[in-house]
Amino acid sequence: MTPILQLRAVKAFYGQSEVLHGIDIAVERGGMTVLLGANGAGKTTALRAICGTVRREGEIIFSEHRLNGRSTEQIARLGIAHVPEGRGTFVGLTVEENLRLGAYTCTGTPHENMQRMYAYFPILAERRRQQAGALSGGEQQMLAIARALMMSPQLLLLDEPSFGLAPLVVESIFALVERIRREHRVSVLLVEQNASLALEFADRAYLIETGYVVSSGSAKALADDPQIRRSYLGY
Amino acid sequence: MHQLLQQIFSGLAAGAIYASLALALVMIYRATNLVNFAQGEMAMFSTYIAWTLVNAGLPFWGAFLITLAVSFLGGMAIERIVIRPVENAPILAAVVVTIGLLLIFNSLAGWIYSYTLQEFPSPFPDRPLFGALMTTRDIGVIAVTLVVLAVLFCFFRFTTTGLAMRAAAQNPESARLCGIHVGRMLAIGWGLAAAIGAVAGIMVAPALFLDPNMMSGVLLYAFTGALIGGITSPVGAVIGGLIVGVTENLVGTYLIASQLKFTVALILIILVLLFRPNGLFGTAIVRRV
Ligand SMILES: Nc1ncnc2c1ncn2[C@@H]1O[C@H](COP(=O)(O)OP(=O)(O)OP(=O)(O)O)[C@@H](O)[C@H]1O
Ligand SMILES: [Mg+2]
Repeated sequence: MTPILQLRAVKAFYGQSEVLHGIDIAVERGGMTVLLGANGAGKTTALRAICGTVRREGEIIFSEHRLNGRSTEQIARLGIAHVPEGRGTFVGLTVEENLRLGAYTCTGTPHENMQRMYAYFPILAERRRQQAGALSGGEQQMLAIARALMMSPQLLLLDEPSFGLAPLVVESIFALVERIRREHRVSVLLVEQNASLALEFADRAYLIETGYVVSSGSAKALADDPQIRRSYLGY
Repeated sequence: MHQLLQQIFSGLAAGAIYASLALALVMIYRATNLVNFAQGEMAMFSTYIAWTLVNAGLPFWGAFLITLAVSFLGGMAIERIVIRPVENAPILAAVVVTIGLLLIFNSLAGWIYSYTLQEFPSPFPDRPLFGALMTTRDIGVIAVTLVVLAVLFCFFRFTTTGLAMRAAAQNPESARLCGIHVGRMLAIGWGLAAAIGAVAGIMVAPALFLDPNMMSGVLLYAFTGALIGGITSPVGAVIGGLIVGVTENLVGTYLIASQLKFTVALILIILVLLFRPNGLFGTAIVRRV
């Protein structure tokens, strides 16, 4: 089966400085792929390159579409939902308005999808009329994921969903993402610092260092790699 | 007492006009962080369009609606052609562009219509009501403003496009990730602001007479209203505009020569900013990082 997303020799730039130096990544249809790497390796930039929020070169293929030259909003309309670093919720809008915005590209009423999200994340139903800025960090992360899922995407890009959250909250968010992935057949590309947790849920993994992919394979193979264990898993 | 109420009421009518223009300023400020110094001259130009249509024999309200539509499209065009190129330029460059627009509209109007004062028809008869407490004109102006505000409120609150515009103003990058065309939203925002300004111009013209400099004073009061309300708050802009209208009228009647009325606006700005730098309603967003 062909991957849902393929990056071939992708470079990315901030101004003149090249941050990704030609990376190759494939995300299997229906699977969960994780990008690992230290701070500043270029993981976030890789997701930005896919969504076109950063200047990029090389081939990016999603299903049968070439993403190069498409604008961010066009890419979203193709069915790629991105939960960016820092969550990107609309803090001045209510929870429900955030969810409605998630469904902006969908025709028809978002009602059914919204009920589904409230079932996944009951706390959001309780807080539907509150400003998103008044939610706790974990609740905002749930809102960000729920908003992304409102567009019924084929591919979900998640940038460090565990950031700043208590271990228990992280576990529950990962479990939910896993459940949603299976129930909705969404493919997931995950960026995560918490390598041990990510490798537990993902089926494929890439290790990025200073803008290069230095290692890739099945999540299990990477988890067993002694060098990766030492540098990223700490045992 | 009777005179006081009378002054308050005509102050509210003037304030409603300032409130509309203040609202236009706030809309553009929220979307682009830009104070549009040309807002008044754009409104003035719209008023000339209405005047031309009325003189061509159109019924007043027909001319009114056509003017709003033309102003909306004109506002969108200005955003596309003039503002977008300086979108990422330093803020000062963008401000200078709006000042340039002000001068262009002013001289364009002077060139096409000359600087002589023109009489502008009022859609409302000027009859006293309730023992001369208020006039039908005041009521009409306030009613039109209320209708405009209600329509805007419903647009932003209940329509998907309105919601998308608020989202784009707040967090353009996230809005793009949701599939929202942020550029299109900005253009619509400019269009709406231009149309609201047109309403203000058409409402104020019968009282001031029409000339290319008609809106300079109104713009100053609208600025005052927007700043008092907190430049980020639409509700604040409306309340601020009304406060300015009433204060201006009372101070002009009871305290100082009406030639000094403009000073009142400046004193109000200074007083409010001294005690509440964000205005009365500014930055109400709860934020947790
Ligand atoms: N907006 C920016 N402008 C210029 N350089 C940037 C910008 N954002 C990131 N960089 C640089 O690009 C490189 C990769 O950054 P990126 O954010 O992709 O790292 P990351 O792997 O996501 O790190 P982290 O785990 O800390 O989030 C870093 O060297 C960083 O300094
Ligand atoms: Mg990052």
